[in-house]
Amino acid sequence: MPGLRTAREVFDQQFLPVRAKLLEVAAALDRIDRSNGSLANDPRRTQVQAAIQVLLRPEDDRAEQIQLIFSRQYDRDWRENFRMTNDE
Amino acid sequence: MYYIDPHIHMVSRTTDDYETLAKMGCVALSEPAFWAGYDRGSAAGFRDYFEQLTAFEPKRAGWYGIQHYTWLCINAKEAENVSLAREVIAIIPEFLDRPGVLGIGEIGLNKNTRNEATVFMEHIDLAVRTDEQILIHTPHLEDKYQGTRMILDMLCDDGRINRDRVLVDHVEEHTVRQVLDEGFWAGMTLYPVSKCTPARAADIIETYGPERLLVNSAGDWGPSKPTAVPDFILEMRRRGHPESLIRRVVYDNPLTFFSQSRNFVFNPPDVAEPAQL
Repeated sequence: MPGLRTAREVFDQQFLPVRAKLLEVAAALDRIDRSNGSLANDPRRTQVQAAIQVLLRPEDDRAEQIQLIFSRQYDRDWRENFRMTNDE
Repeated sequence: MYYIDPHIHMVSRTTDDYETLAKMGCVALSEPAFWAGYDRGSAAGFRDYFEQLTAFEPKRAGWYGIQHYTWLCINAKEAENVSLAREVIAIIPEFLDRPGVLGIGEIGLNKNTRNEATVFMEHIDLAVRTDEQILIHTPHLEDKYQGTRMILDMLCDDGRINRDRVLVDHVEEHTVRQVLDEGFWAGMTLYPVSKCTPARAADIIETYGPERLLVNSAGDWGPSKPTAVPDFILEMRRRGHPESLIRRVVYDNPLTFFSQSRNFVFNPPDVAEPAQL
Protein backbone atom coordinates (compact mmCIF):
# COMPACT_ATOMS: atom_id res chain seq x y z
CA MET A 1 0.00 0.00 0.00
CA PRO A 2 1.72 3.24 -1.12
CA GLY A 3 2.19 5.96 1.47
CA LEU A 4 -0.20 8.87 1.24
CA ARG A 5 2.17 11.39 2.77
CA THR A 6 5.60 12.65 1.88
CA ALA A 7 8.57 11.92 4.10
CA ARG A 8 8.63 15.62 4.97
CA GLU A 9 5.01 15.54 6.12
CA VAL A 10 5.56 12.46 8.25
CA PHE A 11 8.77 13.85 9.72
CA ASP A 12 7.12 17.16 10.56
CA GLN A 13 4.42 15.29 12.45
CA GLN A 14 6.76 12.81 14.13
CA PHE A 15 9.72 15.03 15.00
CA LEU A 16 8.55 16.19 18.42
CA PRO A 17 7.23 12.75 19.52
CA VAL A 18 10.49 11.09 18.39
CA ARG A 19 12.55 13.76 20.15
CA ALA A 20 10.54 13.25 23.33
CA LYS A 21 10.89 9.45 23.23
CA LEU A 22 14.64 9.60 22.59
CA LEU A 23 15.00 11.92 25.59
CA GLU A 24 12.98 9.49 27.72
CA VAL A 25 15.29 6.63 26.76
CA ALA A 26 18.40 8.75 27.33
CA ALA A 27 17.16 9.94 30.72
CA ALA A 28 16.26 6.39 31.77
CA LEU A 29 19.74 5.13 30.83
CA ASP A 30 21.31 8.07 32.72
CA ARG A 31 19.15 7.23 35.74
CA ILE A 32 20.33 3.62 35.65
CA ASP A 33 23.98 4.68 35.37
CA ARG A 34 23.64 7.06 38.34
CA SER A 35 22.30 4.25 40.50
CA ASN A 36 24.35 1.91 42.65
CA GLY A 37 25.43 -1.53 41.47
CA SER A 38 26.23 -3.04 38.10
CA LEU A 39 24.16 -4.52 35.25
CA ALA A 40 27.18 -6.19 33.68
CA ASN A 41 25.56 -9.63 33.82
CA ASP A 42 22.03 -8.61 32.97
CA PRO A 43 21.14 -9.79 29.44
CA ARG A 44 18.37 -7.20 29.24
CA ARG A 45 20.98 -4.43 29.15
CA THR A 46 22.57 -6.14 26.17
CA GLN A 47 19.16 -6.34 24.50
CA VAL A 48 18.62 -2.61 25.03
CA GLN A 49 22.02 -1.81 23.56
CA ALA A 50 21.33 -4.03 20.55
CA ALA A 51 17.96 -2.35 20.04
CA ILE A 52 19.58 1.08 20.06
CA GLN A 53 22.01 -0.09 17.39
CA VAL A 54 19.06 -1.16 15.22
CA LEU A 55 17.76 2.42 15.29
CA LEU A 56 20.85 3.50 13.36
CA ARG A 57 20.28 1.04 10.52
CA PRO A 58 18.93 2.38 7.22
CA GLU A 59 16.41 -0.43 6.60
CA ASP A 60 12.70 0.20 7.20
CA ASP A 61 12.10 -2.91 9.35
CA ARG A 62 13.53 -1.52 12.60
CA ALA A 63 10.40 -2.23 14.65
CA GLU A 64 10.35 -5.88 13.55
CA GLN A 65 14.07 -6.28 14.24
CA ILE A 66 13.76 -4.76 17.72
CA GLN A 67 10.83 -7.08 18.45
CA LEU A 68 13.05 -10.04 17.56
CA ILE A 69 15.85 -8.80 19.83
CA PHE A 70 13.43 -8.92 22.75
CA SER A 71 12.05 -12.34 21.76
CA ARG A 72 13.09 -15.87 22.63
CA GLN A 73 14.40 -17.69 19.59
CA TYR A 74 12.10 -20.06 17.76
CA ASP A 75 12.98 -23.65 18.52
CA ARG A 76 12.01 -25.71 15.47
CA ASP A 77 12.44 -28.90 17.47
CA TRP A 78 9.94 -28.01 20.16
CA ARG A 79 7.81 -31.08 19.50
CA GLU A 80 10.75 -33.43 19.89
CA ASN A 81 11.85 -31.60 23.02
CA PHE A 82 8.36 -31.97 24.46
CA ARG A 83 8.18 -35.56 23.21
CA MET A 84 5.00 -34.69 21.32
CA THR A 85 4.39 -36.38 18.03
CA ASN A 86 1.85 -35.49 15.37
CA ASP A 87 -0.28 -38.52 16.20
CA GLU A 88 -0.37 -37.86 19.95
CA MET B 1 -18.04 5.76 12.07
CA TYR B 2 -19.70 2.58 13.20
CA TYR B 3 -17.25 -0.09 14.25
CA ILE B 4 -17.04 -3.59 15.74
CA ASP B 5 -14.58 -4.51 18.49
CA PRO B 6 -13.78 -8.17 17.76
CA HIS B 7 -11.96 -8.82 21.06
CA ILE B 8 -12.92 -7.19 24.34
CA HIS B 9 -13.50 -8.66 27.81
CA MET B 10 -16.61 -6.85 28.95
CA VAL B 11 -17.14 -8.96 32.09
CA SER B 12 -14.20 -6.97 33.43
CA ARG B 13 -15.63 -3.61 32.43
CA THR B 14 -18.39 -1.45 33.86
CA THR B 15 -21.80 -0.72 32.42
CA ASP B 16 -20.56 2.85 31.93
CA ASP B 17 -18.02 1.41 29.47
CA TYR B 18 -20.84 -0.10 27.41
CA GLU B 19 -22.46 3.33 27.29
CA THR B 20 -19.18 4.97 26.24
CA LEU B 21 -18.59 2.35 23.54
CA ALA B 22 -22.07 2.94 22.14
CA LYS B 23 -21.47 6.70 22.07
CA MET B 24 -18.20 6.13 20.19
CA GLY B 25 -19.94 4.15 17.44
CA CYS B 26 -19.47 0.56 18.62
CA VAL B 27 -22.39 -1.48 17.31
CA ALA B 28 -21.13 -4.98 18.08
CA LEU B 29 -18.34 -6.74 19.94
CA SER B 30 -17.10 -10.23 20.60
CA GLU B 31 -15.86 -11.44 23.94
CA PRO B 32 -13.52 -14.43 24.12
CA ALA B 33 -13.31 -16.44 27.33
CA PHE B 34 -10.12 -15.59 29.21
CA TRP B 35 -8.24 -15.66 32.50
CA ALA B 36 -10.06 -13.98 35.37
CA GLY B 37 -6.85 -12.89 37.11
CA TYR B 38 -6.88 -16.00 39.29
CA ASP B 39 -7.04 -19.71 38.53
CA ARG B 40 -10.57 -21.06 38.84
CA GLY B 41 -10.82 -24.14 40.99
CA SER B 42 -13.39 -26.26 39.20
CA ALA B 43 -15.22 -26.90 35.95
CA ALA B 44 -18.35 -25.62 37.70
CA GLY B 45 -16.68 -22.22 37.90
CA PHE B 46 -16.29 -22.24 34.13
CA ARG B 47 -19.91 -23.30 33.63
CA ASP B 48 -20.97 -20.22 35.59
CA TYR B 49 -18.60 -18.08 33.52
CA PHE B 50 -19.99 -19.44 30.25
CA GLU B 51 -23.49 -18.69 31.55
CA GLN B 52 -22.42 -15.10 32.20
CA LEU B 53 -20.88 -14.80 28.72
CA THR B 54 -23.88 -16.24 26.88
CA ALA B 55 -26.78 -14.88 28.92
CA PHE B 56 -26.04 -11.81 31.02
CA GLU B 57 -23.42 -9.96 28.95
CA PRO B 58 -25.58 -9.94 25.78
CA LYS B 59 -28.36 -8.47 27.88
CA ARG B 60 -26.11 -5.80 29.42
CA ALA B 61 -24.70 -4.89 25.99
CA GLY B 62 -28.21 -4.73 24.59
CA TRP B 63 -29.17 -2.00 27.03
CA TYR B 64 -26.99 0.26 24.88
CA GLY B 65 -27.84 -1.18 21.51
CA ILE B 66 -24.59 -3.15 21.23
CA GLN B 67 -24.74 -6.70 19.83
CA HIS B 68 -22.68 -9.09 21.93
CA TYR B 69 -21.02 -12.28 20.70
CA THR B 70 -18.72 -14.66 22.53
CA TRP B 71 -16.17 -17.48 22.29
CA LEU B 72 -15.73 -20.30 24.80
CA CYS B 73 -12.70 -22.21 26.12
CA ILE B 74 -10.37 -22.61 29.05
CA ASN B 75 -7.57 -20.11 28.54
CA ALA B 76 -3.93 -21.01 28.10
CA LYS B 77 -2.90 -19.91 31.57
CA GLU B 78 -5.30 -22.29 33.30
CA ALA B 79 -4.65 -24.97 30.68
CA GLU B 80 -1.49 -25.85 32.57
CA ASN B 81 -3.89 -27.94 34.67
CA VAL B 82 -4.64 -30.54 32.01
CA SER B 83 -7.19 -32.55 33.97
CA LEU B 84 -9.24 -29.43 34.75
CA ALA B 85 -8.90 -28.31 31.13
CA ARG B 86 -10.31 -31.62 29.92
CA GLU B 87 -13.29 -31.27 32.27
CA VAL B 88 -13.95 -27.78 30.91
CA ILE B 89 -13.58 -28.84 27.27
CA ALA B 90 -16.16 -31.54 27.97
CA ILE B 91 -18.82 -29.01 29.06
CA ILE B 92 -18.25 -26.49 26.25
CA PRO B 93 -20.58 -28.31 23.78
CA GLU B 94 -23.50 -27.59 26.13
CA PHE B 95 -23.17 -23.93 25.16
CA LEU B 96 -22.18 -24.04 21.50
CA ASP B 97 -25.70 -23.72 20.13
CA ARG B 98 -26.56 -20.68 22.18
CA PRO B 99 -27.20 -17.45 20.26
CA GLY B 100 -24.09 -15.37 19.77
CA VAL B 101 -21.55 -18.12 20.42
CA LEU B 102 -19.10 -17.74 17.53
CA GLY B 103 -16.70 -20.56 18.32
CA ILE B 104 -13.78 -21.73 20.45
CA GLY B 105 -11.51 -19.06 21.94
CA GLU B 106 -9.36 -17.50 22.99
CA ILE B 107 -7.26 -20.62 23.08
CA GLY B 108 -3.51 -20.53 22.60
CA LEU B 109 -0.27 -20.53 24.52
CA ASN B 110 1.01 -18.50 27.45
CA LYS B 111 4.46 -19.78 28.43
CA ASN B 112 4.74 -22.22 25.52
CA THR B 113 4.69 -25.35 27.68
CA ARG B 114 3.93 -28.94 26.79
CA ASN B 115 0.68 -28.90 28.77
CA GLU B 116 -0.47 -25.72 27.03
CA ALA B 117 0.26 -27.26 23.64
CA THR B 118 -1.63 -30.43 24.61
CA VAL B 119 -4.74 -28.50 25.66
CA PHE B 120 -4.49 -26.23 22.62
CA MET B 121 -4.63 -29.23 20.30
CA GLU B 122 -7.56 -30.71 22.23
CA HIS B 123 -9.45 -27.43 21.79
CA ILE B 124 -8.63 -27.50 18.09
CA ASP B 125 -9.97 -31.02 17.87
CA LEU B 126 -13.20 -29.94 19.56
CA ALA B 127 -13.57 -27.00 17.16
CA VAL B 128 -13.05 -29.21 14.13
CA ARG B 129 -15.45 -31.89 15.36
CA THR B 130 -18.17 -29.32 16.09
CA ASP B 131 -17.46 -27.16 13.02
CA GLU B 132 -16.67 -24.09 15.11
CA GLN B 133 -14.55 -21.08 14.25
CA ILE B 134 -11.38 -20.52 16.27
CA LEU B 135 -9.94 -17.43 17.97
CA ILE B 136 -6.35 -17.72 19.17
CA HIS B 137 -4.36 -15.85 21.82
CA THR B 138 -0.63 -15.52 21.22
CA PRO B 139 1.75 -15.11 24.17
CA HIS B 140 3.11 -11.90 25.63
CA LEU B 141 6.41 -10.11 25.14
CA GLU B 142 9.48 -12.36 24.81
CA ASP B 143 7.33 -15.50 24.45
CA LYS B 144 5.23 -14.19 21.56
CA TYR B 145 7.52 -15.11 18.68
CA GLN B 146 8.17 -18.69 19.74
CA GLY B 147 4.55 -19.18 20.82
CA THR B 148 3.14 -17.85 17.57
CA ARG B 149 5.42 -20.09 15.56
CA MET B 150 4.41 -23.11 17.68
CA ILE B 151 0.73 -22.27 17.19
CA LEU B 152 1.21 -22.01 13.43
CA ASP B 153 3.07 -25.33 13.44
CA MET B 154 0.14 -27.03 15.18
CA LEU B 155 -2.50 -25.42 12.99
CA CYS B 156 -0.68 -26.13 9.75
CA ASP B 157 -0.10 -29.74 10.76
CA ASP B 158 -3.86 -30.30 11.06
CA GLY B 159 -5.21 -30.75 7.55
CA ARG B 160 -8.81 -30.55 8.78
CA ILE B 161 -8.60 -26.82 9.56
CA ASN B 162 -10.18 -24.23 7.28
CA ARG B 163 -7.73 -21.33 7.68
CA ASP B 164 -10.35 -18.76 6.63
CA ARG B 165 -12.17 -19.54 9.87
CA VAL B 166 -9.24 -19.03 12.23
CA LEU B 167 -8.17 -15.70 13.77
CA VAL B 168 -4.69 -15.48 15.30
CA ASP B 169 -4.75 -12.53 17.65
CA HIS B 170 -2.28 -10.11 19.24
CA VAL B 171 0.04 -10.06 16.22
CA GLU B 172 2.84 -7.49 16.11
CA GLU B 173 5.55 -6.51 13.66
CA HIS B 174 7.50 -9.76 14.08
CA THR B 175 4.55 -12.17 13.83
CA VAL B 176 2.00 -10.68 11.46
CA ARG B 177 3.70 -11.76 8.24
CA GLN B 178 3.83 -15.46 9.14
CA VAL B 179 0.16 -15.49 10.19
CA LEU B 180 -1.06 -13.83 6.99
CA ASP B 181 1.26 -15.85 4.77
CA GLU B 182 -0.21 -19.07 6.16
CA GLY B 183 -3.70 -17.89 5.21
CA PHE B 184 -5.13 -17.10 8.65
CA TRP B 185 -6.83 -13.93 9.85
CA ALA B 186 -4.72 -11.73 12.11
CA GLY B 187 -5.80 -9.43 14.93
CA MET B 188 -3.90 -6.45 16.32
CA THR B 189 -4.53 -5.57 19.94
CA LEU B 190 -4.23 -1.90 20.89
CA TYR B 191 -2.78 -1.62 24.38
CA PRO B 192 -1.28 1.35 26.20
CA VAL B 193 2.15 -0.27 26.80
CA SER B 194 2.44 -3.84 25.50
CA LYS B 195 1.19 -5.26 22.19
CA CYS B 196 0.35 -2.64 19.49
CA THR B 197 -0.35 1.06 19.66
CA PRO B 198 -2.86 2.65 17.25
CA ALA B 199 0.05 4.19 15.32
CA ARG B 200 1.90 0.88 14.95
CA ALA B 201 -1.31 -0.87 13.92
CA ALA B 202 -1.77 1.79 11.22
CA ASP B 203 1.84 1.14 10.13
CA ILE B 204 1.04 -2.57 9.77
CA ILE B 205 -2.06 -1.80 7.70
CA GLU B 206 0.06 0.43 5.46
CA THR B 207 2.65 -2.34 5.11
CA TYR B 208 0.38 -5.35 4.56
CA GLY B 209 -2.92 -3.84 3.40
CA PRO B 210 -6.33 -4.48 5.01
CA GLU B 211 -6.86 -8.06 3.85
CA ARG B 212 -7.66 -10.40 6.79
CA LEU B 213 -6.53 -7.84 9.39
CA LEU B 214 -8.60 -6.76 12.40
CA VAL B 215 -7.98 -4.33 15.26
CA ASN B 216 -9.32 -4.70 18.77
CA SER B 217 -8.99 -3.19 22.23
CA ALA B 218 -8.88 -6.44 24.23
CA GLY B 219 -10.16 -4.26 27.08
CA ASP B 220 -9.97 -6.28 30.28
CA TRP B 221 -9.22 -5.95 34.03
CA GLY B 222 -5.64 -4.78 33.43
CA PRO B 223 -4.22 -1.60 31.91
CA SER B 224 -6.23 -1.35 28.70
CA LYS B 225 -8.47 1.10 26.90
CA PRO B 226 -11.88 -0.10 25.71
CA THR B 227 -12.11 2.80 23.26
CA ALA B 228 -8.81 1.97 21.56
CA VAL B 229 -10.45 1.15 18.22
CA PRO B 230 -11.72 4.75 17.82
CA ASP B 231 -8.13 5.83 18.58
CA PHE B 232 -7.04 3.72 15.61
CA ILE B 233 -9.76 5.26 13.42
CA LEU B 234 -8.52 8.73 14.34
CA GLU B 235 -4.90 7.78 13.63
CA MET B 236 -5.86 6.49 10.19
CA ARG B 237 -7.82 9.67 9.45
CA ARG B 238 -4.92 11.85 10.55
CA ARG B 239 -2.77 10.04 7.98
CA GLY B 240 -5.29 10.80 5.26
CA HIS B 241 -6.57 7.28 4.66
CA PRO B 242 -10.00 7.06 3.02
CA GLU B 243 -13.05 6.20 5.08
CA SER B 244 -13.59 3.12 2.92
CA LEU B 245 -10.24 1.65 4.00
CA ILE B 246 -10.83 2.42 7.68
CA ARG B 247 -14.34 0.99 7.54
CA ARG B 248 -13.01 -2.17 5.92
CA VAL B 249 -10.70 -2.80 8.88
CA VAL B 250 -13.01 -1.87 11.75
CA TYR B 251 -16.39 -2.95 10.37
CA ASP B 252 -16.39 -4.98 7.16
CA ASN B 253 -13.56 -7.35 8.11
CA PRO B 254 -15.09 -8.40 11.45
CA LEU B 255 -18.43 -8.94 9.70
CA THR B 256 -16.79 -11.08 7.03
CA PHE B 257 -14.97 -13.19 9.58
CA PHE B 258 -17.86 -13.57 12.02
CA SER B 259 -20.34 -14.35 9.23
CA GLN B 260 -18.76 -17.78 8.89
CA SER B 261 -20.23 -18.77 12.26
CA ARG B 262 -23.68 -20.38 12.26
CA ASN B 263 -24.65 -18.44 15.40
CA PHE B 264 -23.75 -15.04 13.98
CA VAL B 265 -26.94 -13.05 13.45
CA PHE B 266 -26.22 -9.36 12.94
CA ASN B 267 -28.72 -6.53 12.68
CA PRO B 268 -27.06 -3.57 10.94
CA PRO B 269 -27.72 -0.25 12.66
CA ASP B 270 -30.67 1.53 11.08
CA VAL B 271 -29.72 5.04 12.14
CA ALA B 272 -27.21 7.44 10.63
CA GLU B 273 -23.60 7.03 11.61
CA PRO B 274 -22.26 9.25 14.39
CA ALA B 275 -20.39 12.38 13.37
CA GLN B 276 -16.74 11.92 12.48
CA LEU B 277 -14.52 11.67 15.51
